[in-house]
Amino acid sequence: MMHILGKLTLEAIPYDNPIIMGAAVLMSVLVLVGLFPLFYYKKWTWLWKEYLTTVDHKKIGVMYIFAAGLMLFRGFIDAIMMRTQQVMSVGMNHGYLPPEHYDQIFTAHGVIMIFFMAMPFMFGLFNLAVPLQIGARDVAFPFLNALSFWLFAVGAVLVNLSLVLGDFAGTGWLAYPPLSEVAYSPSVGVDYYIWSVQISGLGSLLSGINFFVTILKMRCPGMTLMRLPVFTWSVLASSILIIIAFPILTVTLALLLFDRYFGMHFFTVDFGGNAMMYVNLIWAWGHPEVYILILPAFGVFSEVVATFCKKRLFGYTTMVWAIAVITILSFIVWLHHFFTMGAGPDVNAVFGITTMIIAIPTGVKIFNWLFTMFRGRVQFSVPMLWTLGFLITFSIGGMTGVLMSVPAADFQLHNSLFLIAHFHNVIIGGVVFGYLAGLAYWFPKIFGFKLNERLGKCAFWCWIVGFYLSFMPLYILGFMGMTRRLYHYEASTGWHPYLVVAAVGVAVILCGIAFQVMQLVVSIKNRHHPDYKDTSGDPWDGRTLEWSLPSPAPFYNFAHVPHVHDLDAYWSEKQEKLNHPDTKHVDRSYEDIHMPRNSMLPIIIGAIAFMFGFAFIWDIQWLIILSGVGLLVATLIRSFDYDLDYYVKASEVEAIERSLGR
Amino acid sequence: MFKILKSFSCAVALFGVASVLGGCDLVMFNPKGAIGLEQARIITIAFILMMLIVVPVIIMTIVIAWRYRASNPRAKYDPEWSHSTTLEILCWGIPCIIICILGTIAWVTSHTLDPYRPLDSTTKPLTIQAVALDWKWVFIYPEQGIATINYIDIPVNTPISFQVASEGPMNALWIPQLGGQVYAMAGMRTRLHLIANEAGIYDGGSASYSGEGFAEMNFKVKAESAEDFAHWVESVKASPHGLTADKFNELIKPSINVPIQYFSSIAPHLFHDEIMKFMMPMGSDCSPTMSLSE
Repeated sequence: MMHILGKLTLEAIPYDNPIIMGAAVLMSVLVLVGLFPLFYYKKWTWLWKEYLTTVDHKKIGVMYIFAAGLMLFRGFIDAIMMRTQQVMSVGMNHGYLPPEHYDQIFTAHGVIMIFFMAMPFMFGLFNLAVPLQIGARDVAFPFLNALSFWLFAVGAVLVNLSLVLGDFAGTGWLAYPPLSEVAYSPSVGVDYYIWSVQISGLGSLLSGINFFVTILKMRCPGMTLMRLPVFTWSVLASSILIIIAFPILTVTLALLLFDRYFGMHFFTVDFGGNAMMYVNLIWAWGHPEVYILILPAFGVFSEVVATFCKKRLFGYTTMVWAIAVITILSFIVWLHHFFTMGAGPDVNAVFGITTMIIAIPTGVKIFNWLFTMFRGRVQFSVPMLWTLGFLITFSIGGMTGVLMSVPAADFQLHNSLFLIAHFHNVIIGGVVFGYLAGLAYWFPKIFGFKLNERLGKCAFWCWIVGFYLSFMPLYILGFMGMTRRLYHYEASTGWHPYLVVAAVGVAVILCGIAFQVMQLVVSIKNRHHPDYKDTSGDPWDGRTLEWSLPSPAPFYNFAHVPHVHDLDAYWSEKQEKLNHPDTKHVDRSYEDIHMPRNSMLPIIIGAIAFMFGFAFIWDIQWLIILSGVGLLVATLIRSFDYDLDYYVKASEVEAIERSLGR
Repeated sequence: MFKILKSFSCAVALFGVASVLGGCDLVMFNPKGAIGLEQARIITIAFILMMLIVVPVIIMTIVIAWRYRASNPRAKYDPEWSHSTTLEILCWGIPCIIICILGTIAWVTSHTLDPYRPLDSTTKPLTIQAVALDWKWVFIYPEQGIATINYIDIPVNTPISFQVASEGPMNALWIPQLGGQVYAMAGMRTRLHLIANEAGIYDGGSASYSGEGFAEMNFKVKAESAEDFAHWVESVKASPHGLTADKFNELIKPSINVPIQYFSSIAPHLFHDEIMKFMMPMGSDCSPTMSLSE
């Protein structure tokens, strides 16, 4: 007889493992501390009305970034555990983590950092900035936007649940079969992996569609494509990549799921299954994915460098073309992730050369940022520091990447710590620095106060010093023949001192994160202080439309839909006022604003999707059926709901605008 | 004075880098075979070529940011300057030239150093069939009719022709001092041609993560003279154990930290059957038409 809870029993809780239980307690304490103010100030209704059921892109953006922050913390703890294990586990000593636990940690680190830290951070920035930059009042599909967030949240919850209920995949972050097949990974770990990535991946796809349509259809009058701010361009490119690449991921993981659940043989070792197919497919998604992440970071740097150098971005048209070229090329390079599979010299050489070609538009972008600084007025505020750190660090990371694109060289460097150093070099030095710059840059627009500069600078210096300490030794270790994912090694290899340095580097990055937490706390405390409070709405003397709004931006964004006449729309408007100060400000009358209604359906669908994934992971069949029906019913309810929008009265808009001093 | 300080600090920095790198064994830059040597050379050439761009970029970043700092009143300020055809041509052109050179190197070397390409040598190559099991390596010497676990013995200056496969999860056969790796996959045979030009003992292992015992899939490669190698083959032939099909099936079971073992005989077509068994697991009557083992 089927167990009512499927495979789920009390034994799924690893209560005999002090490390896991300690981690679980730590996570619970963190969550409780986070929730404490809600209990204390009885803010539950506020939370439900203002955030959990919201369809406002700015609030969704805030939730994304909040979640990304939590996940950064979780993924970073994994990193600390790996580094300490590798410092301890040398020669006779086998460290404090058994291999099966270490394997789960590096898998979780990769999965969390890419899917549940970088992706939501990125969508957070999309949400904060894009509608404001293009003069729109919301995204094209606000309901879908909220749904995307909750699907992502379900994935994140599933990954973290695997900590205390069952285990997580110990297969590496891309779960290559045959290792990820039932024969070699019989536990629920890979199922957690599949379902968390599938559900959140669906959310990512919906977001990609949403921003693609938003940017193409919701631009204000005069905002032609070639007047789009570069960040919005990068989001458009990234969305296109998402729309094309994520279905590949979904299908690939679905095939793996069919193998595991229904005994099929797409990627198994026997019955004609072919793991090479999986590796090709997953990288056909995986390589565009890194450009999905890095292009918006490039966009942020383009905004920051122009704003903080008080100068027009050098070579706007070139920048846009460079983004477009990268977008296209990113689909024809995936094979460079496995030259060592033996595809033959012609195939390898072609993919190696296409990979190198991507370096050309990327190099051009770097030169253009440099020329933007040239004859500018460079202000070393926090976002600009991240940009400078990026320019230097990313150049090095790009160089090591091109090095590995030479197939003959890659046969040596592949899967060594050189590779690990390379992709952390571009992902931390590019993606993370970029997103942190973006957060510091747009923070005042969303919350109405600036972040503490001094602590932000301390955080930057810790991050960059910590980064070099952590990853430069890894390049050397690669040359010394150390492969990735080793839970133990011999003392005779001579690797130990370098791993100690790397661990010190991680401690320095930890200081950086501590400074960021302090920065947030100090800034929130002083938010009404004149040094922090952003009364003008334009704290950086910005160039694009979002800075024309008061901070925080009202929920409808623009009381009057702006008309754009130039690139850097707000900058030219300000110049116009400077040059013609006597032009009278035209007092336009307000009109009713059409807005979407909040909805509790996204979070409900999220909850049902969670049950659906959970039921599949633990093979709880009645719950699979029940939640499947639930998803269908929820969709039907939404389809027949016609009360989706309302009008904000002109008088109300006027009152709000007056109260904001406009 | 400033200049002297600058060159002095440069010297210190260089010395620092040299001592850091000198203190460790960069096996990749200490190759013992022609393939490894060539790969190290390619890495070095590519590195130097790219330094031609990366070093100026880093210097420009620092110099421009400092020169045009907002607090420097003497720096020229030109807020509308955003286009220069000359600069645009340069910043597309220079990377293009570098990539053209690198691309040519990539094309040529991926053919000359193709792991499937037999090495040019007058000496008859030695074939070794490597099978990755959970979590140990079985090395079969079909011409000698012997096999080992987690140990390779080879004659120097003799091309080694590896045929690589896996029983289950993917692995990669990697002996850094002899040259690059190639994947080991179930139901497939990949090839790798290496050579040791110097006698010695080198580390080898799996470079592709394959599960719990992955970290312990290490082995030693001993390169010695042809006579010593012949002696070693004789000593293996004296081993009381043979690698029968049953023994092999026993080895397939997961185990970690497996000691070196010698087998004086091997079951016929072991490597071939190992690959082909995944093709016809139902015992279907269609017989394999292509032969992979030779």
